[in-house]
Amino acid sequence: MTIAQDDIEKIAELARIRISGEEIGEVTQRITEILQMVDTLQAADTSNVEPMANPLDATQQLRADEVTELNRRDDFLAIAPAVEDGLFLVPRVIE
Amino acid sequence: MHNHTVSQLSQGLREGSYSSVEVTRNYLERIARLDERYNAFISVDETAALAAAEAADARIAGGDAAPLTGIPLAHKDIFCTKGMKTSCGSRMLDNFVPPYDATVIERFRSAGSIILGKTNMDEFAMGSSNESSYYGAARNPWNTGCVPGGSSGGSAAAVAALLAPAATGTDTGGSIRQPAAFCGITGLKPTYGRVSRLGMIAFASSLDQGGPMARTAEDCALMLNTMAGHDPRDSTSSDVPVEDYTAGLEKSLEGLRIGLPDAYFGEGLDSATGECIHLALKELEALGATLTAVSLPHSELTIPTYYIVAPAEASTNLSRYDGVRYGHRCADPADLHDLYTRTREEGFGDEVKRRILIGTYALSAGYYDAYYKKAQQARRLIRQDFLDCFQSVDIIAGPTTPGPAFALGAKDNDPVSMYLEDVYTLAVNLAGLPGMSLPAGFVQDKPIGLQLIGPHFGEGRLLNVAHRFQQATDWHTRTPGVGEHVA
Repeated sequence: MTIAQDDIEKIAELARIRISGEEIGEVTQRITEILQMVDTLQAADTSNVEPMANPLDATQQLRADEVTELNRRDDFLAIAPAVEDGLFLVPRVIE
Repeated sequence: MHNHTVSQLSQGLREGSYSSVEVTRNYLERIARLDERYNAFISVDETAALAAAEAADARIAGGDAAPLTGIPLAHKDIFCTKGMKTSCGSRMLDNFVPPYDATVIERFRSAGSIILGKTNMDEFAMGSSNESSYYGAARNPWNTGCVPGGSSGGSAAAVAALLAPAATGTDTGGSIRQPAAFCGITGLKPTYGRVSRLGMIAFASSLDQGGPMARTAEDCALMLNTMAGHDPRDSTSSDVPVEDYTAGLEKSLEGLRIGLPDAYFGEGLDSATGECIHLALKELEALGATLTAVSLPHSELTIPTYYIVAPAEASTNLSRYDGVRYGHRCADPADLHDLYTRTREEGFGDEVKRRILIGTYALSAGYYDAYYKKAQQARRLIRQDFLDCFQSVDIIAGPTTPGPAFALGAKDNDPVSMYLEDVYTLAVNLAGLPGMSLPAGFVQDKPIGLQLIGPHFGEGRLLNVAHRFQQATDWHTRTPGVGEHVA
């Protein structure tokens, strides 16, 4: 399977990673090589095999719906890149 | 005393041969003097380490010591340490000081062990050579022109160079076992869910598992006793009861059935490395084990399956790094989109970006069934092969890696050839099994690792086999650059 540069640009947009014009060719080449390697899987017969998400086939554990964590808002805001009035600050979203 | 094992240090501390402050100071001094050569550490906090050592000495004097009280340890920089930078080897987290401890760290703190420092690693644990670290590659103490392996390369190098008596690592596809093999130390990846993942920065959540890296199987058992156990704050942590891993170490190997998968001894295995492994297996035979050929018919699916599952989970986990709540943020973002895309462009290195892109592709509309679902089906077949083997054998053995440590830069520009390095270790993670690597000889003056694989929750048996092997051999006692490290 080959992948076009356009496709890489689309995926990069989905993943919210900017890739510069100089790098896109190299990235496309590497991703193509990796996809060629993983594509060997397509030949495997997996009919009637249940997909496995957890190696112990464990299912999600549930707990009682109780508050167990303290409110540590100040600790978390202290490590944020930009805050104001107790809130995380981001560039204007709505004009 | 830096040549002592954890078990010897524990005894020495209890008998008053030295204090924890003396032991800790000695390792800190070695790190300050020698780490320039190995680049094994990203952060060291001498003041906090010595304060913890003083507290440990008081606890020992008060007769309230646990086996690891007063023992200094190095931790992979993937485990969150409250108040101490946790970078995960990435520019993205170069400024990240966690407001909480990982459960593993919390357990070591309450056992009274000391944090010497945080060790170097491949960025977000993605790599087999340590070369993807934002802080530059750690180096192999046996040959500083070679890689220490990865991703827990700093931990392996620190233990091998006697800069720490033991360390923690994490293993998603071989990241404890492969560096342990390359650096001539003993490392254990426990069963998936045996050790809490809370505060252990996530790479691939269904594969990641933390474990001990030390000089002996006995030390790994001591560490696992502290690390293992159910954590209600990690919903994938197992509530299977934890055994005392030191209790069964001396058990005889008489009648132990060892399976040798044909796939682990075929094409691709360096012949001198294969020879070391065969000699190690003969040693186990002499100790009473029987060797049987076993088959893992789906082993050729391992690498493609892993390189779909791991990047898919990584792309999901790493979507949290957005430049808003913590970590790196680009300068002067024009708008929110620019903030996200430039923060992630600057914060992530090449290999991490590649894996996010592969994972995003495998999970995207129209490709999900062909890639992710297909890989999850193949994963079940791979696990079933192992379960079938364990019907007739107790453990599986083979090489940890296809050959000894390779040169720095040798595979750095070729991701696929780097991925093939992990051919013998990946399946263990896909199947959720415990796996170990222990020193088994030398090729070109570089260490070779013997890999042992057990059934789910069989880490006690693996430690027992490794311990008996280490009673009969001395590979694990060798240290690099003798002379320079003595005294």
